[in-house]
Amino acid sequence: MDFLQDPLKIAADWLLGIFTGWGMPEIAAQVLIGFLGVLILLSALMVLDIFLVWVERKVVSRFQDRIGPNRVGPFGLIQPLADIIKLLIKEDTTPEGADRVVYNIAPLLSMMSVLILWAIVPLAPTMLGVDLNVGALYLIAAGAIGTLSIIMAGWASNNKYALIGAFRQVAVMVSFEIPMLTVLLIPTIFAGSMGMSAITQNQDIWYVWITPLGALIFLIAAIAELGRAPFDMGEAESELVSGYNIEYSGMKFGMFYAGELLHAFTFGGFWAILFFGGYRFFGLEQVSAFLAVAVVVFKAMIGYWIIMWIKYTLLRIRIDHMLAFNWKFLTPLAFVLLMVTALLNALLADAASWFYISIMFLSNVLLGWISLEVARVYSRRQREKVEGPKVVEVAHH
Amino acid sequence: MSQWLYIGLFFVVGLIIPIGAIGVAWILGPKKPNPIKQTTYECGMETVGDSWVQFKAQYYIFALVFLIFDVETVFLFPWAVKLGQLGLFAVIEGIIFILILIVGLVYTWRKGMLEWA
Amino acid sequence: MTAEQIIFLLVAFFTLGSGFMVVTTRNLIHAALWLIATLFGVAVIFALLDAGFLAVVQVVVYIGAIAILFIFAVMLTRKDMRDQGPQMNRNWWFGALISVLTFGGLYFLLQGWNGLSKTAADIPSGFDAVGELGNALVSPNAYVLPFEVASVLLVAALVGAVYVAFNWK
Repeated sequence: MDFLQDPLKIAADWLLGIFTGWGMPEIAAQVLIGFLGVLILLSALMVLDIFLVWVERKVVSRFQDRIGPNRVGPFGLIQPLADIIKLLIKEDTTPEGADRVVYNIAPLLSMMSVLILWAIVPLAPTMLGVDLNVGALYLIAAGAIGTLSIIMAGWASNNKYALIGAFRQVAVMVSFEIPMLTVLLIPTIFAGSMGMSAITQNQDIWYVWITPLGALIFLIAAIAELGRAPFDMGEAESELVSGYNIEYSGMKFGMFYAGELLHAFTFGGFWAILFFGGYRFFGLEQVSAFLAVAVVVFKAMIGYWIIMWIKYTLLRIRIDHMLAFNWKFLTPLAFVLLMVTALLNALLADAASWFYISIMFLSNVLLGWISLEVARVYSRRQREKVEGPKVVEVAHH
Repeated sequence: MSQWLYIGLFFVVGLIIPIGAIGVAWILGPKKPNPIKQTTYECGMETVGDSWVQFKAQYYIFALVFLIFDVETVFLFPWAVKLGQLGLFAVIEGIIFILILIVGLVYTWRKGMLEWA
Repeated sequence: MTAEQIIFLLVAFFTLGSGFMVVTTRNLIHAALWLIATLFGVAVIFALLDAGFLAVVQVVVYIGAIAILFIFAVMLTRKDMRDQGPQMNRNWWFGALISVLTFGGLYFLLQGWNGLSKTAADIPSGFDAVGELGNALVSPNAYVLPFEVASVLLVAALVGAVYVAFNWK
C-alpha cells in the first residue's frame, strides 16, 4: 500500500541505499538520484511526444473526415516511429549566410523551454517535481525562453519568411502574455499561493466554477502562446510557407515540431491544474499515486484535445486583428475580471460557500456578456464608419 | 537551494535530450552539402538582396506596451498571494494600482498606438 | 570549497564572461544575445541566494520583455542586420573612466564592510518571502505609497514612450 501511495520516495530510498552502499557520499547520491528521476520523467515525456504525433494526425483527419495514418501497424500506431527514422536519417542542411551558432542553439532552447515546464507539474500528492512557490511566474519565465528561441531561429536563418514569421509570432506571444499573467493572478488569489501544488490542493471546488471567464481567457492566451491556429501567424504556411522554422530540416525541425506538440499537451495540463483540479478527482488521488497521475494525464489530454479542436475548426486571424483583439478586448477584460474577482473575494470572505460560488459564477457570466455586448457595439460603429449606416430595406410591392 | 538544484537538473536534462536527438541524427544522416542545396529557401524567384525586410515600427510599440504591463502584473503577484488575509483595504489599493495602469492603456489606445498602420 | 561555491564561481564566471562579450562583440544582435546570457546568469545567482521570486522575475522581465525590446530596437534601427559598424564612439574613454571609478569606489567601500567574511543566517523554514513582500507592499506603514507611485511611474514611462514614438512616426 505504501508503494502505491508514495512510489517516488520508496524508489529514491532504495536507490540511495544502493549508491551509498557503493561508497558514494550521500549528497552526490541524492544529486544522481534527482538526475535519474528527471531523466526518466523527461524521457517518458519524449515517448509520449512521439505518441502525440500519432494522436494529432489521427484527430485532425477525423475532423477533416479522413482516416489518417492506418497502414503502418494497427491503427497506424507505428507511423510516428517511421517518422522518427525519417527525421533521423535526413540530411541536416544549413543555409548559406546563416549564423551557425545561433541557428543551432535555437531548436535546443525551443525544446528545453517546454521540458522545463514539467519541473513544476504536480503529478500526484506525493509526486510534486519541485513545489516552487513562484510556480505561476515560472510558467511565464519558461515561455520567455521559448519566445527567445523563436526570434533566434528567425534571425539566424537568413531568410525573409523566417524573419517575418518570427517577428509576428513574437509580437503575438508577448502580447498575449499580459492577459495570461493577469488571469494567472486569479487562481493565485484563491489559493493564496503561486505554487501549482498549493493551487491543486485548494481546489475543493474546481476553479472553473468560480472563474469560468478566467479559464477561458487562459485557454485563449495559451493557444496564442503556443502559436497554434487561429493564432499561427508565425507559421502561416500559405503566405510564409512555415515561418521561423522554414530553414530547419531533419531532427532540428523535429525539435521545433515535437516541442510544439508537447507544449500544447503541457498547456492542456496547466489548464487542468489551474482550473480543473489537477490530479484531484473525487478522492481518487488518495487511493494511489498512479491513479493520480492517470487523472492528471487524462485531464491534460482533454485540454490538448480542446486545443486541437479549436486549431482544426477556426481560420487564421490576421495579425492586426489579432493584436487589436488582445490589446483592445482581452487585456482590458482580464484586468476588469481581476478587479471584480479580487473585490468579490474580499467582500464574500465570510459568506456561505454555495452563495460565494454562485455569485462568483454569475459575476463571470455577466461580465462576459457585457464585454461581448460592448465589443458588438464597438465593432458595429467601426463597420458603419467604413460602409455607412445600415439601410433597412423596405419591402415594396 | 535544493529546490533550485532540481530546477537546474531540469534545465540540464532539458538540454541533453535535444542535443542527444540532434546528435544521433547528425551521426546517422548523410552529409553531402552543395551550393544549390544550401541556398536560402524561396518558393518563387531567388532571393533578392539580403534577408533584411522593412521592419514595422509597430512591433516595437507593442513590445514597449507589453514591457510596461509585464512589470505591472509582476508587481501584483505578491499582492495576490497575500490577498486572502489582508482584507478590503489591500484589495482597494490593488484596484487603484490597476486603474492607474488602465489609464495608460486608454491613453495609448486614444493616441492610435494600438493600430496596425 | 563546497559544491555551492563551485557552482557560484562557475555562474559568476559565465555572467562576467558574457557581460564582457556584450561590449566586445561587433554584431549588435550577438551583443543582445550575450546580454540575455548575462541576465540569465544573474537570475541563477538570485536562485543560489534562495531569492526565488527575484530569480523568476529577472527572467520574466529582463529576458522575456526587455531583451525582446532590445532585439526589436536593433532590428528597427539597423538597415543591415549583420551590422559590423564601428564599435567605439568618441566617448569611449569617458565610459571606461566611469566604470573604473565605479569599480574602485565599490572596492573601497566594501573593504571596510565586514559582511563579506560572515556567513548569512539560514532562512527559517516556512518563511514565505513572497507573502512577506506582498504584506510589505500593501501595509500602510511599509511600502504602500511606493507601490502606488510605481504604477504612476509605469504610466509615465508608457506615456513618454508613446509620445516619442508618435512624434517619430
